[in-house]
Amino acid sequence: MAKEKANSGPLARRPDNSAFKQQRLPAWSPMLTANTVLPFFYCMAVLCMLLGVWLLVTVQNTQELKVSEPEFSQIYLTDALCASALMISILFLSQGNVFFYYGLRNFHQNLRRYMDSRDDAQMVGRKKNLKSPSTYCEPFEKDENGLPIAPCGAVANSIFNDSFTLVYHGSKGSTIHVPLYRSGLTWYTDKNIKYRNPKVDNLTLAQVFEGTAKPLYWHKPVYELDPHNPDNNGFINEDLIVWMREAAFPNFKKLYGILNRVSEPFTEGLPVGNYSIEISYNFPVQYFRGRKEVVLTTVTWFGGQNHFLPIAYLVTGGLILLLAVILTVIWWKFGKDGKNMKE
Amino acid sequence: MKVEPAEEERHVKANARDYNDKFSYADNYIKTSKYNIFTFLPINLFEQLQRVANAYFIVLLILQLIPAISSLSWFTTIVPLVFVLVITAVKDATDDYFRHKSDQQVNNRQSQVLIRGHLQDEKWMNIRVGDIIKLENNQLVAADILLLSSSEPYGLCYIETAELDGETNLKVRQALTVTSDLGDISKLTDFDGEVICEPPNNKLDKFTGTLFWRDNKYSLDNEKMLLRGCVLRNTEWCFGMVIFAGLQTKLMQNCGRTKFKRTSIDKLMNTLVLWIFAFLICMGIVLSVGNIIWESWIGGNFQVYLPWDKIQSNAVFSGFLTFWSYIIILNTVVPISLYVSVEVLRLGHSYFINWDRRMYYSQKDVAAEARTTTLNEELGQVEFIFSDKTGTLTQNIMVFNKCSINGKTYGDVYDEFEQKVEITERTACVDFSFNLLHDRRFKFYDSSLVDAVKLEDPSVQEFFRLLALCHTVMPEEKSEGNLLYQAQSPDEGALVTAARNFGFVFRARTPETITVYEMGRAVTYQLLAILDFNNVRKRMSVIVRDPQGQTKLYSKGADTIIFDRLDPSSEDLMCTTSEHLSEFAGEGLRTLALAYKDLDADYFDIWMKKFLFASTVTENRESELDILYEEIEQGLKLLGATAIEDKLQEGVPETIASLSLADIKIWVLTGDKLETAMNIGYSCNMLRDDMNEVFIISANTLSEVQQQLRSAKEHILGLSRVSSAEKTDTFADDFVFEEAIIAEYALVINGHSLAHALEPQLEHMLLDLACLCKTVICCRVTPMQKAQVVELVKRHKRAITLAIGDGANDVSMIKSAHIGVGISGQEGMQAVLASDYSFAQFRYLQRLLLVHGRWSYFRMCNFLCYFFYKNFAFTLVHFWFGFFCGFSAQTVYDQWFITLFNIVYTSLPVLAMGLFDQDVSDQNSLRYPSLYKLGQQNLLFNKRQFFLCALQGVGTSFLLYFIPYGAFSVIVKEDGSHLSDQQAFAVTIATSLVIVVSVQIGLDTHYWTVVNHFFIWGSLAVYFAILFAMQSDGIFGIFPSNFPFIGTARNCLAEKSVWLVILLTTVVCVMPGLAVCFLRAELFPTLTDKVRYLQQARKREGPQEQNLRRVRRTSSRRSAYAFSHQQGYGELITSGKNMRITTVTSAPSPEGVTQRSSWIDNMLKRKSEVACISDDSTGASESSSKTIQTPE
Repeated sequence: MAKEKANSGPLARRPDNSAFKQQRLPAWSPMLTANTVLPFFYCMAVLCMLLGVWLLVTVQNTQELKVSEPEFSQIYLTDALCASALMISILFLSQGNVFFYYGLRNFHQNLRRYMDSRDDAQMVGRKKNLKSPSTYCEPFEKDENGLPIAPCGAVANSIFNDSFTLVYHGSKGSTIHVPLYRSGLTWYTDKNIKYRNPKVDNLTLAQVFEGTAKPLYWHKPVYELDPHNPDNNGFINEDLIVWMREAAFPNFKKLYGILNRVSEPFTEGLPVGNYSIEISYNFPVQYFRGRKEVVLTTVTWFGGQNHFLPIAYLVTGGLILLLAVILTVIWWKFGKDGKNMKE
Repeated sequence: MKVEPAEEERHVKANARDYNDKFSYADNYIKTSKYNIFTFLPINLFEQLQRVANAYFIVLLILQLIPAISSLSWFTTIVPLVFVLVITAVKDATDDYFRHKSDQQVNNRQSQVLIRGHLQDEKWMNIRVGDIIKLENNQLVAADILLLSSSEPYGLCYIETAELDGETNLKVRQALTVTSDLGDISKLTDFDGEVICEPPNNKLDKFTGTLFWRDNKYSLDNEKMLLRGCVLRNTEWCFGMVIFAGLQTKLMQNCGRTKFKRTSIDKLMNTLVLWIFAFLICMGIVLSVGNIIWESWIGGNFQVYLPWDKIQSNAVFSGFLTFWSYIIILNTVVPISLYVSVEVLRLGHSYFINWDRRMYYSQKDVAAEARTTTLNEELGQVEFIFSDKTGTLTQNIMVFNKCSINGKTYGDVYDEFEQKVEITERTACVDFSFNLLHDRRFKFYDSSLVDAVKLEDPSVQEFFRLLALCHTVMPEEKSEGNLLYQAQSPDEGALVTAARNFGFVFRARTPETITVYEMGRAVTYQLLAILDFNNVRKRMSVIVRDPQGQTKLYSKGADTIIFDRLDPSSEDLMCTTSEHLSEFAGEGLRTLALAYKDLDADYFDIWMKKFLFASTVTENRESELDILYEEIEQGLKLLGATAIEDKLQEGVPETIASLSLADIKIWVLTGDKLETAMNIGYSCNMLRDDMNEVFIISANTLSEVQQQLRSAKEHILGLSRVSSAEKTDTFADDFVFEEAIIAEYALVINGHSLAHALEPQLEHMLLDLACLCKTVICCRVTPMQKAQVVELVKRHKRAITLAIGDGANDVSMIKSAHIGVGISGQEGMQAVLASDYSFAQFRYLQRLLLVHGRWSYFRMCNFLCYFFYKNFAFTLVHFWFGFFCGFSAQTVYDQWFITLFNIVYTSLPVLAMGLFDQDVSDQNSLRYPSLYKLGQQNLLFNKRQFFLCALQGVGTSFLLYFIPYGAFSVIVKEDGSHLSDQQAFAVTIATSLVIVVSVQIGLDTHYWTVVNHFFIWGSLAVYFAILFAMQSDGIFGIFPSNFPFIGTARNCLAEKSVWLVILLTTVVCVMPGLAVCFLRAELFPTLTDKVRYLQQARKREGPQEQNLRRVRRTSSRRSAYAFSHQQGYGELITSGKNMRITTVTSAPSPEGVTQRSSWIDNMLKRKSEVACISDDSTGASESSSKTIQTPE
């Protein structure tokens, strides 16, 4: 209204002749014509198939070894509390970096109440939250003595605490412990930003965590998680961080270690031969009908041995090609020359 | 509204406010606004929360506050909800502000009120019942008042009731004789009469009451009332006493209730929301059953790691909680932003209407205005248009256009090759400067007529003499040469003005004489008799004696009537004239035949005696007069014929033709007479001679009406069986821009019959018949009947109705139709104020419907389709995820993403599409009116479409979930660290979703403007910007608990594999839809596709002329006598009652004064129906004595 008053005269109320107001903005109005759609379909088909083939070739070069439940369960049934060894043999040379994963099946890290049951403010090292964890952590917020649990919550409480040792049985009957990096397993952001120990000058980690209790199922407190590397303790312990990144699906695998290729014979990767995995059993899965597995794999530029993507691309490419052919035929028979478009 | 006991009788005492205050009658304050500053917040909030959607979100919000089931933080609901409520409130507040302003403007109009013996200027709102107010010429009447006295003799006054009934001819009102001399203030102050009358009602033409004054009773009727909305004309001043004020005035009572109008899409949307809600509950039940099963099979065993809540005793209870949790999560299927977006779209579309230059009328400086912003898409679905006639279809200007004199036509312009030239603005007008008294506004293009006048062609002279003499027009000469004609009907005014310009200037009249300046020479004719017009006679005559002593009868009337009374000598001329008449009629002109007769002096004397005698007879006077008239109007000599154009508004026939091509049925509802209405029907091309039949329903009883309706229907049904073969043919080819040749009927029905036909037992028959007819014209209908007709169609036809009108008489119709359109730029504002849209010219309706309406509908439908698709795709991912997360109501996405998805990431592109999209250009929308039919059949958004969109959404959500699922179950990062965690998965799905819906909106957008580009690319950019910001170190450092996704985007989107997943998802989601669209357009192209195709082709070829083919009027032979004229006006003239003493210039009449006075008295009694219940003999004798004095 104000701008109407601004101008006066016989045509005071005449609307502006701007392209916007008159809905005459210059515009591109594309139509789905055969000239554009059909080539696009063919291009997409070719693109998807090429990608699929490329991915497939790449995937074929990765090697993966999966050891899963049957072997595990036998052990557990016979000797529930002991560490035990498991024999495997690798029939091919794993080139390059070899990654050691542990896997769980039917373990739901993605339940809403489970996922909520953690306190990120505590894990980032806030002193206030250390001693008074979030109520979301219930019932793993305080122990029976009323001491605050650090780290609180169901996620931390249920940490996977089996430990593995990979042993190489050389050709001459010698056994070599395969060296694994137990750090560098996490995302940089997690290790350096998301998880921090409470910072107090001149205090050891044990003193910082004084007044807190260890999670119920844990055997040792959080500041003693890694006896070998004091910098890998507290909230920044990599196994803890890896566990705390909750898996999206009930079947998942998490990184346990990376082959250390410093010394022979592992400089090229894992040599062909017999191996055994020594497992110290801590984590019971039979209650929830879960299964454990161990995965040894190499990775490519798009991750581990992932057959889904190449196959999906190939199938998609094939379907699009089929669709494109059908469309072409239909267009050729019915719609050519735009004869349907006549008035 | 206070609830009061119904008023049974109204007592009003003049000049006694204290007395009248006892009854608590409504004052003259009018309020249409809803809120004031203090009530705004509570009332508006209450109203908003009554909307199902808002209430639903409040319930959700409460659910979210319960920790046990809160699967989403409360902010995901409250942020959008507050946003929506605030925007709606702001809009309501502005609307109400303008209502306040208009109320204030009306309430603050000034009027003169008599208070304590003084006339004071008062605002309208301060006028009370019982006040005496003074009105001056051309003022609007402030309330319903009883006329007490006026400046004119006998307490006469003239009013224009255009606001009330659309008729612009003047109407006479007369005060009671006893009050008509209350001319000065002191007498009026002493006036203490009391009126007892009927309670307020909406009957415009009825009033019953009694005035008690000085111990006498006087009965009152409608002839003494001036109703609010009338305009005083031709009367210097008048005094009246307020009987009804404000909301109780007949005008306001006739306005009907203001109903909140909802569009059909609104209703559909509400239904769909309920469906979705039901669907939501189903999903909730499925998932909660899943949860029960899961908890009892697996979850129970998982309690080592995740014990159940204390309150959660068993799996069933867990399922119950999960149900509510899932309701919260899945609520985004019905997003809050849907409603606010729809409102924003409509607002935008309204602005486009306001801004449209092609609906701006420069002559009156009036732009189109969307006064209601909630109905736009309904404009694209209109099936019935109800149009007023006067002021809407016609300009209510009569123009003397052509004539036929003595077998020769004048009026057409020919060029040198004898070719008819079309008359345009530029055609040279005839120069009337030879005549000092000519009217400058009069335009005529054929100079041969002026030449004929100048050559003193006797028949031409006689022709114009007749026009100057035979009428009931009153001249008014304010200054020398500045003549103003007060015509009772515009036709007469046009004829007299024509005569004036051609040198026969009607200059003055007395009861006995008429002074005409013939080519500058004053000639005074003695007016011996006026043989007045009535509906049966369809003609009027005057008998005059010229200065030479020759007595002549001049007659004009409907051609058939005049031709029957012609002298045999005029036979040849009659044939020629008849041809001319049909030619005129074919052009939609209103024709009159003119004839004269020289009277023998002796014969006339005898006749005159009989006439005077008959005039005094009380019984059967009219029939006796008719016989006498019949006797003298014989053996006439034909002079010629006139053709008057009832000027249509510009472009009316074209608009009507184009709208009917769009399958819109146009019904004309007018207060005018049957003949006038039909005439306009013909000139608008709504009635044509090639129509199979025009049914005229005109009966007085219910059974007669029923009979007529039935026979008309049988006629149609009987014939259509024959022509059905023909029909199928033409329907197939409905794209062709030509009038179909199927059987066409028209129905014309008058007000009386309509009243019967609208009764419950007949209304179905009426409706059936009316819908079989191509054209329906209702004439002589009251405002309420207009509304009833609209209601009838609304009730039984499930069609969208639009009413268009300009006057207060159209208000009720405008309000009851789905869409009301007011013609603005006229004097009255009532129609505009009641309307939803207003513009200055009927022809803009074409653009409003075919362009704006169609676009709005198209945009709204596309918008809704996309919106539902988008939200189904967005939300149902949770459903699929439920099967993998133990039905625990875990969300797939980050909570912030859920909060922002609808209001930030995807709102603007779809809004831009909803605002700017154009499937075909505006020219093509107008060029192919058939495009409009999509909207009428509601093809673009209906339950089926919704189902398809929802299905597409469900499919997309399925792919969106399962493709990343397949990939993520085995995926690891390039450096071997794991990636298949829930957060990375969330980011991947969210990113895929945003990309997929953006690509989809791109495909759905037909018209990519800069804004679309900006919004679509901008939204993607904003998505990534916010994604990274929300997952940045900084914000995590401040609120670690609220932003747990720290670093996920960085780690996740740096992976090539993630992008491969996103690419695959996008391709798979989009390709099928693309293929279907392409196939549909190739195999079954709709009209829209075809027009788009043509449009593209044409664009490539370059600009072309795209003129609408002109609609040619069909020629038709018909006769029309179209005086919108009241009977008995002639009597007023001959009695001299309506003449001011100052205008009487000629000598007193030589004879018959005394005799006539009694006749006049009788006439007066009949005319104004003064009924003296008690002894009113004094009044009667008073008035008779005055009549005698007047001529001096």
